Amino acid sequence: MSSPVVVTRRSFLAGLNLSLGGLALGIFPDSALAAEPSAGTAKPAKESPTAGLDPNVFVHVAETGVVTIVCHRSEMGQGVRSSIPVLLADELGADMARVVVQQADGDKKYGDQNTDGSSSIRKGYDDVRRAGATARVMLIAAAAARWKVKPETCEARNHAVSHPPTKRTLGFGDLVKDAAKLPVPKKEDVKLRPKSELTRVSSASLPVLDAPALVKGAAAFGADVSLPGMLIAVIARPPVVGGKVVRVDPARALAVPGVKRVIEMPAPKRPYAFQPWGGVAVVAENTWAAMRGRAALEITWDHGENATYDSVAFRDDLLASVRAPGTPLRNTGDVDAAFAKAARVVEAEYVVPHLAQAPMEPPAAIARVEGGHCEVWAPTQHPQAARKEAARVLGLSEDKVTIHVTLLGGGFGRKSKADFVSEAAFIAREAAAPVRVQWTREDDIHHGYYNAVNAQRLRAALDERGKVIAWHHRTAFPPIGTLFGDQDRPNAGDLQQGVLDLALDIPNVRAEACPAKAHARIGWYRSVYNIFHAFAVGSLIDEIAHARGEDPRDVLLEIIGPARIHSLADLGIAKLANYGSPLTEHPVDAGRLRTVVERVTAAAKWSGRKKDGRAFGLAAHRSFVAYAAVVLAVVPDARHKVRVDEAWITMDAGTVVNRERVHAQLQGAIAMGISNTMFGGITMKAGITEQSNFRDMRIARIGDVPRKIHIDIVPSDGPPCGVGEPGVPPVGPALANAVFALTGQRIREMPFARALGV
Amino acid sequence: MSARIRVNGVEKTLDVDPDMPLLWALRDVLGLTGTKYGCGQALCGACTVHLDGQVVRSCVTPVRRADGHEITTIEGLTPDGSHPLQRAWVELGVPQCGFCQAGQLMSAAALLKSKPRPTDAEIDQSMAGNLCRCGTYPRIRAAIRKAAGMPEEER
Repeated sequence: MSSPVVVTRRSFLAGLNLSLGGLALGIFPDSALAAEPSAGTAKPAKESPTAGLDPNVFVHVAETGVVTIVCHRSEMGQGVRSSIPVLLADELGADMARVVVQQADGDKKYGDQNTDGSSSIRKGYDDVRRAGATARVMLIAAAAARWKVKPETCEARNHAVSHPPTKRTLGFGDLVKDAAKLPVPKKEDVKLRPKSELTRVSSASLPVLDAPALVKGAAAFGADVSLPGMLIAVIARPPVVGGKVVRVDPARALAVPGVKRVIEMPAPKRPYAFQPWGGVAVVAENTWAAMRGRAALEITWDHGENATYDSVAFRDDLLASVRAPGTPLRNTGDVDAAFAKAARVVEAEYVVPHLAQAPMEPPAAIARVEGGHCEVWAPTQHPQAARKEAARVLGLSEDKVTIHVTLLGGGFGRKSKADFVSEAAFIAREAAAPVRVQWTREDDIHHGYYNAVNAQRLRAALDERGKVIAWHHRTAFPPIGTLFGDQDRPNAGDLQQGVLDLALDIPNVRAEACPAKAHARIGWYRSVYNIFHAFAVGSLIDEIAHARGEDPRDVLLEIIGPARIHSLADLGIAKLANYGSPLTEHPVDAGRLRTVVERVTAAAKWSGRKKDGRAFGLAAHRSFVAYAAVVLAVVPDARHKVRVDEAWITMDAGTVVNRERVHAQLQGAIAMGISNTMFGGITMKAGITEQSNFRDMRIARIGDVPRKIHIDIVPSDGPPCGVGEPGVPPVGPALANAVFALTGQRIREMPFARALGV
Repeated sequence: MSARIRVNGVEKTLDVDPDMPLLWALRDVLGLTGTKYGCGQALCGACTVHLDGQVVRSCVTPVRRADGHEITTIEGLTPDGSHPLQRAWVELGVPQCGFCQAGQLMSAAALLKSKPRPTDAEIDQSMAGNLCRCGTYPRIRAAIRKAAGMPEEER
């Protein structure tokens, strides 16, 4: 279960501001557990390091008292390695100073490991707690038996079980032998602690587990593992999706010093899913030689059926699509009749281009294929998919493939695809040597699984007093389903993201999905379709307010309507995917949406705005079953015409485990929202991506992000909601609305930099 | 060609293509993987190191340019993570994914060396070449101020 390359105990101890004194040295007798983060030579993974209590795959208590907690989700900056282990330890009653965190390999025994959809805590909260509680129940049972007292009279805290009436205490380590002999209790016999006893997770500040290693350059990311005899591969991939190699002349590449092999990759077949992209790999002694070798390849390509993909023309196609009726997926009242009698109609079209995740770490993976077994080290969000895909490429069964998960230098959805892992597995076998596949930044931007390109048309019918009596929403985009099969337009599962779950106090509502063909690989991107749906909805509401000459906040609250739980019938839909969460726990709650709007505008002193040369914009959105509202203050700027000067964000994410990391995620959401809105955009010409590096695919730099970002997390005992993604969607419309308030220019298309001419 | 470079205080001889960017010599040949590849074109700053104390982007600095010079990487900033910036980075929880942070720290260290008490504008200007996709910029500013003994302001 262990992955040797990821950070271990020292960083956690340091992170807790504990010294590395005798305690730490004395309790880590096992060398595998005590291993330092090794950006360097990988050591073989070691199963079951010491005898002890193993009530489940997530926790191990050694006779030494050391508690090993497995983090089965990938760390990509969201802080999951600093959250899941603390939650489990809190439930167990373990002292974090005596906890070792191990990163899980990809294995179904851990349940869902797909670190995507803001789901780690949202879906795993109870399971993680139960894993810790199970160990606690067994340790208490062992102590109670030894003392001949009732288990209910014992408690587990600070790494020990105590019996308060008789003031007896035994350390976890002392109880392991007895506890390990007991049967693992059934789920229903394991009682979770009351939330008030979870003292660490409710504290304001938890250390970032990996920070001490990160600031020393000692933490291992995908490309940082080194294997003996390892070669480096760089691949020339087909410039157009669906293209193929017609002819390749490797002679000049092979003449580059250090180049060892030139290997033609298998051409992918539709649907592309996570298959390698095809092309030609150059395998060399070092990365530089591989890059030079690739540049020397002479390849003739057949660009295939997507060679006509042109973003300018496709934009027109999408707009034509939303100007015609689509498939109605949400319907209440009689929209057509309401528009027929409307005193006034406010309508607009909105366009958002493809977006590329561009994590700072481009994809990279290391593979070794030996003796019918494949071992991989990779920064993957989805280790089980990587395992499956590597097995498929090699024709091995999955049990012959081991996926070790390194730290991810950002993911944002890009690394939930296994393509780069299966490339490494294929080349390692062909080259008969361990191989690191290194993507360059140009590779990352050219060969992405982009967020869907989108157009929307929204119309609102107003009565004589300005009240919205009908709402008509059309959206067209090639959905992610096109990666796995034929889908000519979004379905209800796609429109759950900010269209079907939109709380509206409007009697007549219709939403339609309009056709859009995929000419690129479409994939998950932080917040996914919510980015463009929130942009259009949040902008239109502001446009309605200005058409009425009223305060956008008041109009937003009026359209959301009074606090209430929406039934499916209210929404006019048959079912709601609801991000895989049950509606009973996570209903569409207009009251929570109202609350975040009220709190964020109070914090930003919305009513007293526009007195200091700044202009404000507001938007709110439900996604990943959380509720977020954003106010941005913008000022004129010499370089970019407008600049975000200050930001406020309020989020109701239910129970939060690590407030400090939630805070960090929301700061990051503001930055990513600014990047998407101001600069975002991948465009295609003749099927080829026009952008290639951070020069033309711009993202926010330090000066583009406000000095002051105010974070407000709504106190809640409710079930946990998503955190990583829900902060992003309201940023786009808040910025659009702020720019309008400042300049009178209504921008309905991302990136704003184009409309602003900067 | 054989280049002699003092890396983190240790004399190294590199027998590599003199055009090889220093980044790949550090990572692939010397095994110093704290310095990261992010763009290869001096656009993101993930590969930032010091050459004779000055900030350079190692992804566009050929080995021949470093011949006879002194290079400091994140591994050599301090051996134990005790630089005031490293301490501030940990205390304020700056890193999210952490991939860009070695480069951020090297840029910030050069800044504080030349301007021990930088203004906000100087911080933004000096750090403008270092991208962070996670958006840790507000905390980077706060941590630089903290390391400089100035009030952190907003986190």
